Amino acid sequence: MSSYEARFQVWRGDEHGGGLRDFTVDVNDGEVVLDIVHRLQATQAPDLAVRWNCKAGKCGSCSAEVNGRPRLLCMTRMSVFDRAETITITPLRAFPVIRDLVTDVGFNYQKAREVPAFVPPPGLGPGEYRMFQEDVDRPQEFRKCIECFLCQNTCHVVRDHEENKQAFAGPRYLMRVAELDMHPLDAAAEAGLDRGRTAQDDQGLGYCNITKCCTEVCPEGIRITDNALIPLKERAVDRKYDPLVWLGSKIRRRSGA
Amino acid sequence: MSVVDRQEWDVVVVGAGGAGLRAAIEARERGARTAVICKSLFGKAHTVMAEGGIAAAMANANEHDTWQVHFRDTLRGGKFLNQWRMAELHAQEAPDRVWELETWGALFDRTKDGRISQRNFGGHEYPRLAHVGDRTGLELIRTLQQKTVALQQEDFRRTGDHESRLKVFQECTVTRILKDGDRVSGVFAYDRETGRFFVLRAPAVVLATGGIGKSFKVTSNSWEYTGDGHALALLAGAPLLNMEFVQFHPTGMVWPPSVKGILVTESVRGDGGVLRNSEGKRFMFDYVPDVFKEKYAESEEEADRWYEDPDDNRRPPELLPRDEVARAINAEVKAGRGSPHGGVFLDVSTRMPAEVIRRRLPSMYHQFKELADVDITAEAMEVGPTCHYVMGGVAVDSDTAAARGVPGLYAAGEVAGGMHGSNRLGGNSLSDLLVFGRRAGWHAAEYARALADRRPRVDDAQVGTASAEALRPFSAGAEGEAGPPENPYTLHQELQQTMNDLVGIIRREGEMEQALHRLAELRTRARRAGVEGHRQFNPGWHLALDLRNMLLVSECVARAALERTESRGGHTREDHPRMDRAWRNVNLLCALADPAGGLAATDPARGQIRLTRETTDPIRPDLLALFEKEELVKYLAEEELYE
Repeated sequence: MSSYEARFQVWRGDEHGGGLRDFTVDVNDGEVVLDIVHRLQATQAPDLAVRWNCKAGKCGSCSAEVNGRPRLLCMTRMSVFDRAETITITPLRAFPVIRDLVTDVGFNYQKAREVPAFVPPPGLGPGEYRMFQEDVDRPQEFRKCIECFLCQNTCHVVRDHEENKQAFAGPRYLMRVAELDMHPLDAAAEAGLDRGRTAQDDQGLGYCNITKCCTEVCPEGIRITDNALIPLKERAVDRKYDPLVWLGSKIRRRSGA
Repeated sequence: MSVVDRQEWDVVVVGAGGAGLRAAIEARERGARTAVICKSLFGKAHTVMAEGGIAAAMANANEHDTWQVHFRDTLRGGKFLNQWRMAELHAQEAPDRVWELETWGALFDRTKDGRISQRNFGGHEYPRLAHVGDRTGLELIRTLQQKTVALQQEDFRRTGDHESRLKVFQECTVTRILKDGDRVSGVFAYDRETGRFFVLRAPAVVLATGGIGKSFKVTSNSWEYTGDGHALALLAGAPLLNMEFVQFHPTGMVWPPSVKGILVTESVRGDGGVLRNSEGKRFMFDYVPDVFKEKYAESEEEADRWYEDPDDNRRPPELLPRDEVARAINAEVKAGRGSPHGGVFLDVSTRMPAEVIRRRLPSMYHQFKELADVDITAEAMEVGPTCHYVMGGVAVDSDTAAARGVPGLYAAGEVAGGMHGSNRLGGNSLSDLLVFGRRAGWHAAEYARALADRRPRVDDAQVGTASAEALRPFSAGAEGEAGPPENPYTLHQELQQTMNDLVGIIRREGEMEQALHRLAELRTRARRAGVEGHRQFNPGWHLALDLRNMLLVSECVARAALERTESRGGHTREDHPRMDRAWRNVNLLCALADPAGGLAATDPARGQIRLTRETTDPIRPDLLALFEKEELVKYLAEEELYE
């Protein structure tokens, strides 16, 4: 096992301001950036604020920016950096800082509330649901989301344009609409709810110009743009401009009911 | 005394994992205004870490499965110490709780005919675990989270306020249960972000805080698992049950050191993975205990045939209950047949095609690739035991989840004791927290309603004491203490080392006595745990406060483990290696030595905890009749058999 001393710059401060602080700290074999943050807490900065939980890439709590890239601290291994390089850790840029590496992610919880919930199919009781694996595969990909909010943080629609936050839900919640839309038994349409339209009108789907930044930072490797956002856009466009598609969906629904 | 913000609720749920959210949903649906308080962000609770699945006898994969078979497996797994009425309710209600999740939007993996797929797991006679790949806990927490939001949307439509009837106070910590006489009157909490104190007045409080693993060095548990609910119950005057039973999951990662303890799901074995020692031998065949001899294969050939033809072959011994597998791995390593980093080998690479592994075990593939540079489709994993779950917990009424002795206090999920006896089967925790989370929320709501306007009052003196206790770390060393301020991180590390070395997987009398001495020293030093900085999101301060809980709970584990002079489930004594039928019907209860709730650092021998024994209720005859007589003879004392 080999140890070495690494140089770190960690942003410290609060809503009133702050700056990068220099630290020199031991690093051991196999460690991840979160281990180093914990070592700083235990030995040099006991009040250094950071969020974390599972330390295994499953809960999505320890999101921050390492050398300017949005990442999970627990899944960023020290071995990917050159030993001579100074590593910089800063809080997520798109959200207001609370303290040190902890930001106010309330925006995301607000947007979650604005997505209409799953509508259970009328007439099917618990235990009566039948769905086939090939049909649940697509929405299951989106349910792998650990809500780390890295995609929300990196999406340039809000990252550099605070004013867009009102109208735009961000990739995570557009993907949530797509997931519900692809749920084989979601009965939104029967209840008079057009999920494609809500994505367009209420979640701001039109702001997305498919630059795929969200997909690039997703620690779960979910193909957010290709599999969720683009299909959602295609559907919304169909609905909006193609009266035949609209009519067809009405007819099918009636005969199926 | 600073002014403390106060609010009024019907039911307060402490913890927002599976049990807490299920309780909150139930209480709100039954009309109670419900507040949930959780230490992390909403949706990050430790439940997300659960991998394998939810055990429920839906009989989708094997038509012979029934609640009775599930009940039997659960009692066998717990070595018949389970609070049997809980095990019965659990086995009966688990299928409904799983199906209900589908109506809230959950998407489980499917069988060919479109039903919920079920997988094999240790100790379960039939494939029984509803799952989503190896991320079932995430699906569960997300479904409950989204159901919570759906209820809030309903409330918004009705009242114009999302949080009018169900509110989540995220990143807040409860430090005391408040009481009016015997009865619960509310909770005292602080907001982690701002450091501000607040009081929620409520006649009913549901504890759903999970476990205690952070008192051990090698653990699969997250920082939240500091035994808060266990300690809150003790401090409120409710006893804890059978705290000596701590489950060491057999397969945690052992390398690199920074990930030591992180869980490797049992699904790896359920889906065909095998354990080998450094000689390449499948050693589990040598470790099948007498009580399980008839149920497990004797040869590799028979074990391998079982995956295809479970009706005519017996199960592979890799699928014994967790306590057996953990002890076997421990013994192999001790005998010098371990892997390079002190574990054993867990191999799926020679058992399944790479593509099947990536599909069925995606998180494991990812975890080993990212954190250990190991490709599990091409080479074996190195694994060893890790502290995973506490079977002991708040002593509760089986039907209502009410804590004993404190009206208005409820407990569900890992923080509650009894359900799993001396050892929990994999998959039984997710079903446990759904079944008893619902029951706790239901009965808490009923209790609050029945009180009408006769609600307990909040005592200002208790609020003052709780504030002073919470602020103490900021003035450590300043009030003429006998020593310099202590670093809470150092104290925590010493506590973890103590519990790991002296009250770990294999226990000895002398070591546990030593542990009690060290705990007493740590307790004295913890009174001087000091922090730098201010109250806003200060992890040093949070840890200093959590230390009280970890020390209390650790003493319970050590004291109960010293008392129980036998080996059973998650309690293994080197000096008493056999299971003793005379202990089968004995519960050990831990209570606070000073019932006034004071925590003065008393002398080590006496400590803070008083232990009492009680005889368990005899198992109901119709439930006993589910077992063959020959099997019961192995567990029950003579007089129990002939009653």
